[in-house]
Amino acid sequence: MAVEGFEPRIVGFLCRWCSYTGADLAGTSRMRYPANLVGIRVMCSGRVDPTFVVKALAEGADGVLIAGCHPGDCHYSEGNFKAMRRYPMLMYLLDQFGIESGRVRLEWVSASEGEQFAALVREFTEQVRALGPLNWKERAESLCESV
Amino acid sequence: MAKPKVAFYWCASCGGCEETVVDLAEGILKVVDAVDIALWPVALDFKLKDVQAWKPGDVAVAFINGAVRLSEQAEWVRLLREKCSMVVAFGSCAHLGGIPGLANCTTREEILANKYHRAVTLDNPDNTEPQVHATVNGYDLDLPVFWKDVKPLDQVIDVDYYLPGCPPPTKLVAEAIGAILKGELPPKGSVLAPEKSLCESCALNKTKPETITIKTFKRVATSTPNPEECFLAQGYICMGPATRTGCGERCIHGNMPCRGCFGPTPSAVDIGTKMLSALGSLGEADTEKAAQAFAGTMADPLGTFYRFCLPASLLKRRVP
Repeated sequence: MAVEGFEPRIVGFLCRWCSYTGADLAGTSRMRYPANLVGIRVMCSGRVDPTFVVKALAEGADGVLIAGCHPGDCHYSEGNFKAMRRYPMLMYLLDQFGIESGRVRLEWVSASEGEQFAALVREFTEQVRALGPLNWKERAESLCESV
Repeated sequence: MAKPKVAFYWCASCGGCEETVVDLAEGILKVVDAVDIALWPVALDFKLKDVQAWKPGDVAVAFINGAVRLSEQAEWVRLLREKCSMVVAFGSCAHLGGIPGLANCTTREEILANKYHRAVTLDNPDNTEPQVHATVNGYDLDLPVFWKDVKPLDQVIDVDYYLPGCPPPTKLVAEAIGAILKGELPPKGSVLAPEKSLCESCALNKTKPETITIKTFKRVATSTPNPEECFLAQGYICMGPATRTGCGERCIHGNMPCRGCFGPTPSAVDIGTKMLSALGSLGEADTEKAAQAFAGTMADPLGTFYRFCLPASLLKRRVP
């Protein structure tokens, strides 16, 4: 549920070859986009263990972005296909836990797509803002006996 | 010299862990030769006041099985922690929450409503529900508090060691008791089982092809695995890659894929996300649409991955 004055905290796992470079291009081109996303560079979107995503959400993130090379362009040939296969399974699992699917996105951003990256972060930030804070720890604890 | 004393206690438990001690069969004679059993509700008639009378350290080890969901269970395990020098979390429920841990998919309110108001077979015209205090015919009656969630033992008391498994195999139990009596234990907090994954010791491992590719997931509910080929390679979700070994692969020998009762290996921080990661790598799908369809052939990832360890997982519970 949308909350007044809520600034989403979004963790972004960006692949070193395409997406992080694309984000970097947005920066050097002085494009303005929300500071809500914290970018973490990984070598490949296929390196993103679903554990990272779940850990981020469990420990305070309101949203997670995984960004990689377009299919066919992966520096390691197949890494982004692994990410592609893991993503719908992860969404299925998160849905069972009660985490809205709008909070985790997998997108393809190439090294030259600085503008697209900025637009993506703008759009995703608003998407998560509308969902409201996840506050997983507090909400889970409220359904647990305090001992 | 007096024999060391041990205690067994059970919380939210099915009784299978008591069975496994009984299943030591003749091996139990060696145990009773070496120790005095000072508490074992399923088999011996010691009372709460007997335990309250112990001095701290009187009893060397308490083997506690079952998850904790009732205030009474919490009182007992805290008492045993105070009186016993060592506490071993015995079995999946005490270790990780076990099957009762799946109750963390719902809420206390839903459970009570289903049990006492909605069940089709109920005859409860006055809509009564158990109360913590009630007076009936002039007598004051107390029931334990039913907690909001299920907890593994170490979320309630300090635990020295864990004996994993549903139930722990008799061999592991006998080894653990032997190690405790000899004082030859690993660092406190250790799980008393090897650190490798099930695949390392599974007889079907050698049948694994170079690359495993899964087109659709198969389920034992709707088809029978081939007992001579790696189950994962056949498309069944076998938790072996992410699960600690030490069980002797009793499920595999029964033509059932591993369900993960020993819990994650030390390097698998969260068993579910690790398995998900592996299954994603093994799937055969090269478009987003195919990946979506592939995921759709999986039934109930939460229940499949976290069958034994939901309360100990990263997310801990479902939040409806």
